[in-house]
Amino acid sequence: MEGSRTVRAADFTGVERQWHLLDSWRGRIGTPSVTLLCVHGNPTWSYLWRSLVSQAPESIRVIAVDQLDMGYSERTGIDRRLADRVIDLGNLTSELGITGPVITVAHDWGGPVSLGWALAHRHQLAGIILLNTAIHQPPEARAPALIRLARSRPLLTLNTRLTSLFITSTTSLSRVARGSLPRMSKADADAYLAPYDESARRAGVRQFVADIPLEDDHPSAHELTRIAEGIRELGDVPALLMWGPDDPVFSDLYLHDLERRLPHAQVHRYEGARHLVIDDAPELVRDLLEWVAAGPALPDAHVASNEPSTLNDALSARHLDSSAALITMGETGNAHSISWAMLAERVARVAGALEEAGVRRGHRVSVLIPPGPDLICSVYALWRIGACAVIVDRGLGILGMRRAIRGAAPQHVIGSREGLLLARTLRIPGARISMRDLPRLIGDSAPAEMHATKDDEAVVVFTSGATGPAKGVIYRHRQVAETMNLLASHYSLGAQDTLVAAFAPWALLGPGLGISSVIPDMDVTRPATLTASDIAQAVRTGHGTVVWAAPAALRNVVATSGSLSDDDRRACASVRLLLSAGAPVPLSLLEQTAQIFPQASLRTPYGMTEALPVAEADLNAIRAQGMGNGVFVGAALPGVEIAIAPLDDRGVPVDDLTDTREVTGEIAVRASHIREGYDRLWATNARASRNLGWHRTGDVGHLDEAGNLWVEGRLAHVISTAEGPLTSISLEQLAILNGAVNAACVGIGPLGTQQAVLIIEEAGPSHLLNAAESDRFRQACDFPFAAVMRIDRMPVDIRHNSKIDRLHLSAWASEILGGALG
Amino acid sequence: MNDRVLVTGASGLLGRTVVQQLLSRGERVTVMQRGESGLPVLQVRGDIADPEALSLALEGVDRVIHCAAKVSLNGPPAEFRRINVDGTSALLAAARACDVHSFVHVSTPSVAHLGRAIHGDGAQPADPGRARGQYARTKAEAELLALAESDSAFAVVAIRPHLVWGPGDEQLIGRIVARARAGRLFLIDHGYALIDTTYIDNAASALVAALDTCQANQGRAFVISNGEPRTVAELLERICRAAQEQPPTRSVPASIALRAGRVAERLWGESEPPLTSFLVEQLSTAHWFDQREARSSLCWTPAVSLEEGFARLADSYGTRVDPPSTATSVPVT
Repeated sequence: MEGSRTVRAADFTGVERQWHLLDSWRGRIGTPSVTLLCVHGNPTWSYLWRSLVSQAPESIRVIAVDQLDMGYSERTGIDRRLADRVIDLGNLTSELGITGPVITVAHDWGGPVSLGWALAHRHQLAGIILLNTAIHQPPEARAPALIRLARSRPLLTLNTRLTSLFITSTTSLSRVARGSLPRMSKADADAYLAPYDESARRAGVRQFVADIPLEDDHPSAHELTRIAEGIRELGDVPALLMWGPDDPVFSDLYLHDLERRLPHAQVHRYEGARHLVIDDAPELVRDLLEWVAAGPALPDAHVASNEPSTLNDALSARHLDSSAALITMGETGNAHSISWAMLAERVARVAGALEEAGVRRGHRVSVLIPPGPDLICSVYALWRIGACAVIVDRGLGILGMRRAIRGAAPQHVIGSREGLLLARTLRIPGARISMRDLPRLIGDSAPAEMHATKDDEAVVVFTSGATGPAKGVIYRHRQVAETMNLLASHYSLGAQDTLVAAFAPWALLGPGLGISSVIPDMDVTRPATLTASDIAQAVRTGHGTVVWAAPAALRNVVATSGSLSDDDRRACASVRLLLSAGAPVPLSLLEQTAQIFPQASLRTPYGMTEALPVAEADLNAIRAQGMGNGVFVGAALPGVEIAIAPLDDRGVPVDDLTDTREVTGEIAVRASHIREGYDRLWATNARASRNLGWHRTGDVGHLDEAGNLWVEGRLAHVISTAEGPLTSISLEQLAILNGAVNAACVGIGPLGTQQAVLIIEEAGPSHLLNAAESDRFRQACDFPFAAVMRIDRMPVDIRHNSKIDRLHLSAWASEILGGALG
Repeated sequence: MNDRVLVTGASGLLGRTVVQQLLSRGERVTVMQRGESGLPVLQVRGDIADPEALSLALEGVDRVIHCAAKVSLNGPPAEFRRINVDGTSALLAAARACDVHSFVHVSTPSVAHLGRAIHGDGAQPADPGRARGQYARTKAEAELLALAESDSAFAVVAIRPHLVWGPGDEQLIGRIVARARAGRLFLIDHGYALIDTTYIDNAASALVAALDTCQANQGRAFVISNGEPRTVAELLERICRAAQEQPPTRSVPASIALRAGRVAERLWGESEPPLTSFLVEQLSTAHWFDQREARSSLCWTPAVSLEEGFARLADSYGTRVDPPSTATSVPVT
């Protein structure tokens, strides 16, 4: 294996022992800029770090040891304790003459050994990297069941010595959950097992398990506590925690324990990865090396300004106002109304009740309440306290919701009965607060004062997950306030306006904006159920002036507009502004919508979970533009800058941004209202924020001669052909104009030499169109697709019911075109 | 002065086309094959493994394009070995002895095709141990022999054109059309597999380009194709339409076709069966290739698109041109 060598060094008893290690600098002289000292856990060996050794750049030395009695190091026959292993490792690094800066890297039970070494070598310690490990049993966690099982006396010997079950079960703890990835290859699984091929060579595995101190009087308990407490002093040492959250042994609880000890640590959770996170998440090694190459630094100390948050200012200002703040439309057309005064009072009292229940400033609280007044009230109450609302929507699907909330690690869950039931089903952590208990809690507590500052976290919301697992996006109070300011000023929203919020997230903003909101009678999680009468009734009841609806909702409104009465039509004619966002809105749909709202300015803001809105087009501009390469989304809003990171030959965006016209690349935005960052996704965050102050959107597009933005699709969907990168939206639009119900263009094959395949939605006996039909689409799109295929139903996301999962389609096409024997 | 190009196997479609392209740019050409080439050039008729015939053919030659091979789905293993391995070996030795400086060895992508789908790979090393069938195994061995001979004084490049076709091609087009005419053409697994093909003129121009860049690329192998992969179903449909035959509509699962192929190989013995397991694998496994490296290293791009190729194929059937008249051998001094 690359870099494999042996070294002799004295162990803690003074006897010379032979170590096996991987050393990326084997045979080289000179001084590396930094040395990564990698320590495996039990029962793996240095093979764990093979990709790190082979991918490390020239200037970095990677040393991955096999601990004594493990891997291909010497079998000593001595029962080694944690303290002994720390001394052994120190002796080895002295023998190797490692005197320069060192970053420790460790996995599993290598963590305590590695941190023990770190505490003993503070003078040369440049950083700490930990992968799925533990140095302490968090109070809320019992010892992992699998470890307890392995530690139980009768099983211990049988399991680890007589059989290799412990090892095979460890390698099988890899990749099961990441459905899209292959399982660990047999070659890798065999390699992990290789040094432990006979029972005598497995004694160290048994001994290592026996050395886990689950009891206070265990011989290694003292040393483990010393290390666990000692690392609290490492606040000046950069730290990176890389975690596979689906690890049945070291769950997120152990990650959170480490975060409490190393509060400055940067964290990346690899969603779907399990115990052997380095094998499950192939991108981990690249991320780790990027962190090292960037020269590990402490994150910018967050300078809290102590400026009070303004999110509840509008509520406070109108606390004597008896006019309606929230109107909820009921099924029979009757409306339930809450005045500004009532809402302000209720928010203050709920905040007091939540404090009574233990919610504090800085806590995260998962809010599992259906959209409506209770949700709005709870969120403003949390903002009053300075706690952060973790908000998921059903569009993520049950599994997606579970992942999202667990990733955000809330201290509390507020829920309706159904919400708390769901929390239990999903095994979401956090203390439970039931909406039903609120009246009692309110009775026991005083209204809460406003504690929040502009720098407190306000919300964690989630991306739709159309290109991989949903990502948690953090907004601070200042960024939510900036979003509201932009909306208020750009749309001239004032007390005279009433917002008809048929788009769930925006129902939340009304009280902050100081404008009344009407929530139509609809299931906001199913926008396509909103009818024209529903919306007309809401407009009429609340004297609505502004309507915000998802494209799917507009489609149904148009479809049901025949049932509008004359009164309804008159009410709709009083709407001055209609906004639709979330997915591209076809021109034909806008034209039909304009028939229903003749006086309204129709606009389609463009943005994303991380920044909304960014740009905007209105009906007239869209009409004037006609077809082009992509979807016309219009000009940047005031205060928003848009730039492009051009794509290189392989379709990868370059580092530098440009505002050169007609250049396709990743869209970047800069504005005061963009997100703070991603939650526990250090590498994602580093990439999205690589241009200081900018957000890389993951969308591709270009600026036209007039400076308007055109979106050409998602970066992850760019087709990387031998002739250069290809974006698919305009090809798909042409295919649809040519009669396809729905169309998606995807690439198959390796980057740089992909073939483009057009897939249309259509039923048929074969997945291929015949040559004449294929040519019809090739001509209409003016592109020589390698194949034109058909699929019964496009795979789409749940939230918008419109974003086609092109990565899934690409894998599907690739498999079919691979042939039956491929 | 040595300035002639020797083309072996010039009675085949590829050899013949290469000679025509060389002639059209004013090269002096010698051809060597067993039968009559019908080309207006210096001709040596003989066996590729015959040293005497070889030394005659190499007179005045400084460059070689080696097209001669036994191409067949089945047959006696010894015959494949004698022509493809021993023949190449003899030609290499004779060419080196005659101060040839550039040698283009015509190979096949099947030398590295191990039966798995290939999506956009480059040229992988030839693997005689694992290539499928007599033809591919012996061609793999020959390619390794040829490339091992390469050095700066005797530069060898291997070109692997992928599925060469065009008007007058009896190997592929002829068989497909004959089967379609007999109503015995069917698809395997709906013809889903995406495969590369090479129009004959492009294959020939790639060989000429390889000859011109031989020194710079010596010791290397390249897969070349039109760079326009299409599904088997679409290729068969276009070929049938060009020949004014009905395209296949029936589809057989690959597993059944594979079994039928194995049976046919046993029944037909060493004569050519209508279906072999190798053919089934080829028709139900994707194989298309990364063309960037080949195009930039050979300074070559295919001049005839797939579309133009099919139009020319249709012309060749539509106008019912008789096979080209046999030209006489013209002695060249």
